[in-house]
Amino acid sequence: MGKTLFEKIWDKHIVSKIDGGPSVFYIDRHFIHEVTSPQAFTGLNKRGIKALRPKQVVATPDHNVPTIDQHLPIKEELSRLQVETLKQNCIDHGIEMYGLGHPFQGIVHVVGPELGITQPGMTIVCGDSHTSTHGAFGSIAFGIGTSEVEMVLATQCLMQSKPKIMRINVDGKLNKGVVSKDIVLYILSKITASGATGHAVEFAGSAIRSLSMEARMTICNMSIEMGARCGMIAPDDTTFEYIKGRKFAPQGAEWDKKLAEWKELYSDADATFDSELNLKAEDIEPMITYGTNPGMGIGITGRVPELKEIDEKEKASFEKSLQYMGLEPGINIKGRKVDYVFIGSCTNSRIEDLRMVANFVKGKKKADGVEVWIVPGSKQVEKQAIEEGIDKVLLEAGFYLRQPGCSACLAMNEDKIPAGKYCISTSNRNFEGRQGAGARTLLASPLTAAAAAVTGVVTDVRELLN
Amino acid sequence: MKALKTIHSRFVPVNIENIDTDQIIPARFLKATTKDGFGKNLFRDWRYENDDESKPKKDFPLNQPQYSGEILVGAKNFGCGSSREHAAWSILDAGFRVVISSFFADIFKNNALNNGVLPVQVSEDFLQKIFALGSDATLTVDLESQTITIDQSGESETFDINNYKKTCLLNGYDDIDYLMSMQKEIEAFELARN
Repeated sequence: MGKTLFEKIWDKHIVSKIDGGPSVFYIDRHFIHEVTSPQAFTGLNKRGIKALRPKQVVATPDHNVPTIDQHLPIKEELSRLQVETLKQNCIDHGIEMYGLGHPFQGIVHVVGPELGITQPGMTIVCGDSHTSTHGAFGSIAFGIGTSEVEMVLATQCLMQSKPKIMRINVDGKLNKGVVSKDIVLYILSKITASGATGHAVEFAGSAIRSLSMEARMTICNMSIEMGARCGMIAPDDTTFEYIKGRKFAPQGAEWDKKLAEWKELYSDADATFDSELNLKAEDIEPMITYGTNPGMGIGITGRVPELKEIDEKEKASFEKSLQYMGLEPGINIKGRKVDYVFIGSCTNSRIEDLRMVANFVKGKKKADGVEVWIVPGSKQVEKQAIEEGIDKVLLEAGFYLRQPGCSACLAMNEDKIPAGKYCISTSNRNFEGRQGAGARTLLASPLTAAAAAVTGVVTDVRELLN
Repeated sequence: MKALKTIHSRFVPVNIENIDTDQIIPARFLKATTKDGFGKNLFRDWRYENDDESKPKKDFPLNQPQYSGEILVGAKNFGCGSSREHAAWSILDAGFRVVISSFFADIFKNNALNNGVLPVQVSEDFLQKIFALGSDATLTVDLESQTITIDQSGESETFDINNYKKTCLLNGYDDIDYLMSMQKEIEAFELARN
């Protein structure tokens, strides 16, 4: 019987298996950042041991850094201490760190792929749930807790049980104004925020194949929002072309050897999946969320569900969610006023996202009364944007580019949305308080966010496209 | 890690679905570099008006004196979202050793187990029975027999946990101790694949 993509990679990383229990699972690459690593290093230090394979670890501060004036010392004392602690831990354990101001600094899930560190067939972990992003390259990549960060630093391994495997096929051609963020929000609206828990999810089908690497990353990034252990896409020519020539990509004969291995990474025709879902690209319109989990999404012309459409057990949670959002059942949210627009995060802060926004806003002006934050995913994205003149296009439209970091996606730094305000956000979570206590988040694509930035209201971007 | 065998206790019910780790511990409290003291900020924004400790929200169970104990009960899909282990630390630091739900998010489940907090997954029906109990009701969770019992009625259910994790928790062993004992095998694995 054939193997799935997941199984091919999984089987190659089992060091040993405990009867009736988990396996000792080998990790190829480990990304660390300032927020979920300090206690792990404290654990190592208490044991008097060093990181086992420091060359397989890469660090960058991202969650807790300011997105303006990065050349100045971080003002907030605890944030500064956390970033300095990461630096010291990396020095003590011989780990490469791209600190603030370094040309490679940025959001860890933007940095790994753009440097060619992320490669097909690898196992990749990070103390961050959006590590699933790296699965877009045909790798097994997942978020871990701090105890597990400590385990990987100490032993380069984790105890892991094999998940079930699900395949989600999206076939057909995307409609105008519909981009990869809409695909993943659509999938979430179909299967809910827990629809893939306990599963590794492979995304497949012609609509997925047609996407660029950056667009694929957006989809795998949000597989955790379905509860998935990881999300992955089989590597193909798009993948190989993206990796080739990047800083840490294999070179010369090593490239040829790796390429031959990578070409074997696909689900065999006779592989079996624990479950499978088939969706049509044509059914997807620009999406927006109305509630407080990413599964609560609708098409831009759709309605928030009526109370009677909600399962009895879920009614209380649904009502609590709408109350928090200040929205009523049954309404259409198109046309509602927006206070903030956030374009950024590990979901949508790459150069293609910024290009998409710049192309759209060119010749248009920011709407009055809307605050717009555009935060590039990394120093390299920022540099590229400036080289392409994207910063100038944005400036002419009334927006400016901030400096790289996680920013208002989780509001750990100063970039917080005030209580009660509505923010259209290209990030990944609309949880209560996620963008600041009391903040109300509407998740959408960079295009839909850019449309709101110029109209000041929730907009069907298709009406503004030529 | 502190061993866990049997917990017999009252419980605190939070009957909300999809409780994500941002609610359990908001991101602004993740700036610490130690594991201590997170308990006082557990469910911070559901517990207090405007982040003000002098204004507890009266309808939130953690603020209601009739609810107490070492068991926290949440509705379906508990612990989804961010991988922050601070969520497990805050639950433990607030005095809980068991979390009950009809469904747990994967990363939270691992984080809880790695900190000696037992996630007990029960059927949706059993969960609704627990939510329907009065505040003086008690539950018994026995890890050895993998059973959870409503003491007053004697109704019980068994729950799943893999044998390895069960042994760890019964004895207070950490994964890292086991993994470090595997160092030779890990090095042999690395050599064999190169």
